[in-house]
Order: sequence, then structure tokens, then C-alpha cells
Amino acid sequence: MSAAPTLSPDTSTPARKQPTRRNVELVLLVFAWAIGLLGTLQISWAIGEDPSSSLWITAGVVGFLALVMHGVTRWKAPYADPFLLPVSTLLTLLGLVMIYRLDVAAARRAELNGNPAPTPDVFSQLTWFTVAVILFVSVLVLLRDHRILQRYTYTLGLAGLILLVLPLAPVIGTTVNGATLWIRVFGFSFQPAELAKILLTIFFAGYLVEKRDSLALVRTKVLGIGFPRVKDLGPIIIAWLVSLAVLIFERDLGTSLLFFGLFVSMLYIATQRRSWLLLGGVLFAIGAVLAYYAFGHVRLRVTVWLDPWTYAGDQGYQIVQSLFGLANGGILGAGLGQGFPNLVPFANTDFIVAALGEELGLTGLIAILLLYAILVERGLRTAISVRDSFGQLVAAGLSVTMALQVFVIIGGVTRLIPLTGLTTPFLSYGGSSLIANWILVALLLRISDRARRPDLSAPSPDDAVTQVVRRV
Amino acid sequence: MSRPIRRLALVFGLLLVALLVNITVIQVVLAGDYRDRPGNQRILLEEYDRERGPILVGPDPVARSKETGDTLRYLRVYSNGPLYAPVTGFYSLIYGATGLERTENRILTGKSPLFVVDRAEQLFAGLEPRGGAVSTTINARAQRAAFTDLRGKKGAVVAIEPSTGRILASVQSPSFDPNKLSSHDPAAIRAYYTSLESDPAMPLLNRPIVSLNPPGSTFKVVTAAAALASGKYTPDSMLPGPRAYQLPNSTHKIRNWTGQACSSTGLVSLRDALAVSCNTAFAWLGDQLGADALRAQAELMGFDNSFQIPLRAATSRFPEDPDPAQTAMSAIGQFDVRATALQMAMVAATVANNGKTMSPYLVQEIRGPDLGILKTTEPTQFAQALDPLYAAQLADMMVNVVDNGTGSNARISGVRVAGKTGTAQTGNDNPAVAWFIAFAPAQSPEVAVAVVVEDAGAPEVSGNQLAAPIAKDVIEAVLR
Repeated sequence: MSAAPTLSPDTSTPARKQPTRRNVELVLLVFAWAIGLLGTLQISWAIGEDPSSSLWITAGVVGFLALVMHGVTRWKAPYADPFLLPVSTLLTLLGLVMIYRLDVAAARRAELNGNPAPTPDVFSQLTWFTVAVILFVSVLVLLRDHRILQRYTYTLGLAGLILLVLPLAPVIGTTVNGATLWIRVFGFSFQPAELAKILLTIFFAGYLVEKRDSLALVRTKVLGIGFPRVKDLGPIIIAWLVSLAVLIFERDLGTSLLFFGLFVSMLYIATQRRSWLLLGGVLFAIGAVLAYYAFGHVRLRVTVWLDPWTYAGDQGYQIVQSLFGLANGGILGAGLGQGFPNLVPFANTDFIVAALGEELGLTGLIAILLLYAILVERGLRTAISVRDSFGQLVAAGLSVTMALQVFVIIGGVTRLIPLTGLTTPFLSYGGSSLIANWILVALLLRISDRARRPDLSAPSPDDAVTQVVRRV
Repeated sequence: MSRPIRRLALVFGLLLVALLVNITVIQVVLAGDYRDRPGNQRILLEEYDRERGPILVGPDPVARSKETGDTLRYLRVYSNGPLYAPVTGFYSLIYGATGLERTENRILTGKSPLFVVDRAEQLFAGLEPRGGAVSTTINARAQRAAFTDLRGKKGAVVAIEPSTGRILASVQSPSFDPNKLSSHDPAAIRAYYTSLESDPAMPLLNRPIVSLNPPGSTFKVVTAAAALASGKYTPDSMLPGPRAYQLPNSTHKIRNWTGQACSSTGLVSLRDALAVSCNTAFAWLGDQLGADALRAQAELMGFDNSFQIPLRAATSRFPEDPDPAQTAMSAIGQFDVRATALQMAMVAATVANNGKTMSPYLVQEIRGPDLGILKTTEPTQFAQALDPLYAAQLADMMVNVVDNGTGSNARISGVRVAGKTGTAQTGNDNPAVAWFIAFAPAQSPEVAVAVVVEDAGAPEVSGNQLAAPIAKDVIEAVLR
């Protein structure tokens, strides 16, 4: 992913006129839209139905939404990275196509059973996409400069923490499949951890910019690696404890892992001290061993991971079905509408990658993984090229969450690592995840626009970091 | 801060490689293993997702696929399941398939190369793939007549068209309901299968083609054929038919079922010996002809050969190396002679078909999904088992059995029926097995039939009493 390690940030050539590359983005967007349309048509053909008029309307709406996002980017962030938007759009469309395909399977089954047709998920996902686009636009329009966010470091941090523990709140907190990671308000379910990961990334960035000098201080050297002072261990211990709390009380292994991994990575980026990674690794190991022996649900995950076949009928059913699906897909896939992705429980949320792998095959999965790789790479490139430390940390942190989340869920679904419940960014059915990831993209676009913008003379909203940090 | 970011990028690159390697291993290297794992429903679902072709008796599907609301999209249903079970077999989630469901699977699933054109058409037209149809040679009326008559008994009936070898009926009792084994409810399937397996009457056994019994006196037709073929005997040749026959090199004696000599003079013609089923005369004849001649004749008619119709039939046996006493016993269908109902129907059919033995078959045509005929089975001759002249003589002798001898219950007014009764002892204590083989009309035979009723529990008359009426009904059903 580190495609151009020798390239230095573009601080040296400010005078030349930067190409905006918005036309590249437009072409790629049209390309993404066409792929989505072809996928939908293929499903229609596979099930032997003529494409319905609602299909064309949907394609039109999706195209319109993509154009809106492109237009706003052109208007508000003209120098933004040209790949982020099309790649995210393509992933979202692939998710919509697979959700539609699973709707078809569900409807067919209901019809044969003589049951009323279930509500298709694809339209509610489309609605969420529309909401996501509105928020995407809001971020680009309202947030002129990402550095403004630094003013709200602690506010956002508190908000993120509250969101993280919100599912534990009485009345609104909801437990689904053993994990308490939902809240239910006015009939809408929301996974607050998805939004929390963005808020906490901003908080970590603001906090680390402020504290990194002391955190980078070296007290002792062991084997050539400098270790921090004991009194600076506070933050990482707190992050660790919060992660453990999420694991213990919400039984949400994925979020816990993501949250801690994000913090340690950002700590490392901010301080450039490998000792933080080492410390983080040790704490992770301790936490993992503790969790393994203390909690049945963690132990079960590991047992099933090591030998899913023994549990193929019960706890291992999902992962075994996922593997069967992937095997059925083979190299080229069964073809959209021609596999049995609906055999895997939660095929349109946690296991959507298994569904895609079955019908699009290894080829399709590699393509999807590369799309994520592009996204992460563009995010990290933005982090490297933006000039302010806060922006660097935010862009890097957002990319790290994306990378970790993709690895943890896809690794889990493909039995590389024990299964943890996380959504697959952009692909999974679910409003919170889609909205959060589109906000994430909007933030990255905002930062990359700043990174590539030629007029260095643009005044910073904050002349000095210390001025603006207000305690909440 | 760009150095740690680059390092992290490198780590993420490694994670990406791990994911890529992992999915490649799953989807390419291990895919085959995963596909074959027990519990992987996808292969099964793929099969159940396709409309499996029907098995036809005449124009009617006796096995067909019905769309359901199940995860398994198609359910196999059998109209008159127990009636056609020996033909169709079953198609089970758990126990696999038997009968034509098994042997014709590639046709029924549409995977046979015969369907290349159809599949291409389906692909281009975007139609769902469907399987081909299998037309059987079964005559529904004959099948039903035999099934009705066998009810409550233990046994089997096979009817053959002598000139072609087409199997017109293949019936067993007790039978089973393939619907219950082909359902989508694993627990119910298991329960039913277990109950069938533990049934001492063995309903799962494909009796018509697999169950081996001593053919008893029906084997005298083979012995008579060997005698005629030897050129040393004519139907009028006189044979010794005493009350008891001293087996060569043995202290044992064979007696006639009446306990009397076969004629007042003690000599009986070959024709009359067959008519009254004279044990002593045929045992003597067997000793005269020798084991090799008997075996040669039996093998020309299909013994010691395994037929695939395309279901695999059990091999009927003539003993390998009998001593003279055993040879004499074998000549009357005892000792170690064993035959299926299919085999004895072939014996009758050979006599009926001018001495030509035809290979029996159950599949008339292979049809495409649109029921267009793709392949028709051509009758094949298995052997010229008997000179046509001798076959005609033997046919007359068998008519005589029905008209004037032990096979009176097979008489049909206006139709010349040729037949032969049989009763066999399977052991000292076992109940008798009653046989009847027949063909009709004798002058231009349309059907040859073999009926076997196990546990008949009566003396020689049981062939005529128990089996002959069934043969008669089957013949009438075909001729009607």
C-alpha cells in the first residue's frame, strides 16, 4: 500500500497550478455507476425477470446521488483526492447490488412458502445512502477547514465515549445476537460505535497533537527501543480499560479491538515511538488472554475458529456456511443470482463478503480488497501530504480504522482470524455503518483538498494550537 | 510523522496479502474439499434447485419434481409410490438414490452430454436448466395387476415382451413408499428408513431383480430345453418316471410330489413328464445330460450373467461343480440353483421368442426437457439359446402343462397359454417358494411372465394355486 515511499510531501512546489483532477473522478464515478447497473441487470436476467421500472428509477437515483457528491466536491473541495469518492461509491453500489440480490432470494422463498413478501432491504439501504449523501454534502459545505475540528477535541471525545457506551443505557440500548451494540430511538436502530470511531479519531488526533511531545519522551532503552515514562502510560491504560469495558459489557469484540488498535496506531504515528506499538501489543495480549479465560463468548469464538467443523451444526454454522459459499464461488464465482448466498445467516450484514465471494468468486473478492486498499492508501497518502499535524493524525486515524475494520471483518468471515462482529464498510446493510463511512470519506476529502490546495496563503483558522483547545 | 505512517502502510500491505492468500487458499486450493464435505448443502441444493426430469410410464409421470417453498426448491413426488418403487427407486437427501433415480441421474438432472444443445438453448434463452425425462418400458396395466394380486403376499412378478426384452412389469411385495424417503424432512426420512430396514420382510430389497430363490420345477423347462437341444430326446421320448428315483452314488431318493409314479407303466414321455412335473423323470434326465449340458443351456438363457437393465440385477446361478446326485437335484431346480424372477421370465421369454434370449431392459426412451425423444433403446439379442424348432416343441409342451397338466389355473379362454409351475424348498424348515412362469398367446407371444411367491408354505400345488392366477392376470392385463 505504500506505493510511493520516496515521494516527499508536496511542500516544495506550491507555486505551480495544481490540476484538480475532478474529471478523472467523474469518469471513474460513471464507471462505478455502470458496474452497479450491470450487476443489477445480471441479477434480473439470472432470475428470469425483465428489469422492472423501479430498477431503472433506482439506477437513476443512485446516479443522481453520485453526481451530487461529485458536484459538491467540485465546488467545495476542488483539489480533493479523485479516487476516494469513486471507490467508495463503487463499494456502496456493490453492497446495494448484493443486498438486492439477497432480497430477491428472500422474496422467492416467501413466495414459495405462501408467505407475504418481506420488505426489501435494498430500498431502506438506498434511503440510508441518501441520508449519507446529505451528511457527506453537509460536511463538505459546513466544514471549510478540517482544523476547525481541533477546537472541539474534548467535546468530540466526550461525545464519542458516550456513543461508545450508549448501548448500555437502559430503554434505548438493545442486545442483538448476544452483543449490546445497538440503540433504538423512535423505531430506528443505530449502531453508535460506527459514529464513535470517527469522533474518537478526531479526539485522539487533537489530544495527541497536544501531548505527543511528552508521550514521545524516552526514559529507558531496552534492546534499542526507547520506552516511555511510567507517568505517561495513563492514556494507553485508559484506552485499554475502555476497550475491555466495551468487550465485557457490550460483548462487542470487534469494536473493542478496533478502538484499541486505532488508539495504539495513532499513538505510534504521533510519537514515532515503536515502544508504544510494543506496549500496545503486550496489553492486547494480556487483554486477549484475560478475555479468553474470563468470558465464555470469547472462548467460544476461538474454539469455533480453530475447529469450525465440529460445530458446523450450531455455533460454527455461520462460518462453515461462509466457507462453503466461498468454495462454491471458486475462482470466477457462481454469478450474481446464481449461488446460494442466502444460506449464510446475516448474509447482507456481517457476512456480505461471503455472499460476494460466492457469486463474484475469488476474482471479485480480490477486486473488492483492492478497492479497500486504494481507499486506505489514498487516506494514508493524504495524511502524509497534509501539512498540519492534526490533519495528518486525523487522516491517518481514519485510514487506520478503515484498514483495521476491513481486516478484522473479512479476516473473520474467511476464518483467517476469529470471527468478530463488525460491519463491512460501505458493503454491509445498515444505516449507521453507511452514514459513518461516508462522513469518514467526506473528512478525508476535506483534508486531501487542503493537502493538495496550491494557495498556501490561506489563513489557518487557528494560528496556534494552544489558543483554541477549549476544555469542555 | 510520515515514517510511522509508511510503516503502518507496510503492515496493512502485509495484512492485505494475508487476506488475499487466505481467500485464494479457500476458493482455489481447498474449494474441492469444502464442496465434498458432508453437510455442504450447496451441491445438493444445486441438484434440488433444478427441475429434475420425470420418470414416465406410458405418458404418465410416476416420479416428478414439484416446486416447494423449501430451501430445497424441488420435491420429488411419486404417484403410486409403492407400485413403481422397484422401478423408480427413491431420491433421498440422506440415503442417496436407488433404482432409475440412481442409474439415470445424469439424464434426470440434465447433466448428460445428450443435453448439450438443450443446455445451450436454456443458457441463451435465460431459462432455468431442467432435466431430461426417462420413459420406461413398463405397462401400467400389467404392473397394477401384478401389484394388486401380490398384496399381502411376499414375492415378485416380472413380465417381459419376448421379442424385445422390454420389461413390462416389475413388481414386489412388500414394497415401500419412495415419497417418504424423498421428503425434505431428515428426521422423518431416517425414521421411515430405519423401520423399513428392520422389517424382516425386507421391503427395500428390489425383489424382482435381486431376490434369489431356487426355481424348483420351473427349471425343468431349462432341463427340457437341454434335452431337446442334445438331439437325443424328442417330446415323445419315453423316460423312466418311477415313484422314487435313487440318486446316483447316494443313499437319498427323490420322490414325486404325488408320492406316485408318473404313469401306470412307470415310463412317461418328456411332454407328459413336464405336464405333471415329474421329478423322478427329470432327475434321471439331468443325470443323463450331465451338469455341463444343463449349465450350458442355463447360461444361454442368462444364468451366471449379471444384467444391467440399467438397474443391476443379481446373477442367477447354476452350481459350478455338482456331483451326479447334485446334478440330478439341480435338474429339478433344487440344490444350489438360484434364480431371480427376472431370470425365470427370461427363460419363458426365450421359449416364446423362437429360442432367442433378448437382453432385458427398463428404459424405452431418453427424452429432452421438452419431451422430444433423444435416444431410443434398441433391443439386443443376448443369445440364440435354443434352435427355433426345439423352442416350438418346448412351447407346445408348456401349453400342454396349462391345458392338461399342473398349470390349470393359468388358463384363459380364447388364449393359448404356455406355462410351468414350480415349488421349491429353500431349506428343510423354510416354507416353500411357489413359482409360475408363462407366456401367451403361445402362437405369437406378446408377454412372458414369472411369478414368485415366497413363504408359500404348501406342496407342489402352490405354484398353480398361488402363482398361476397372478401370471394369468398379468397376461390378461397385457393382452387386453
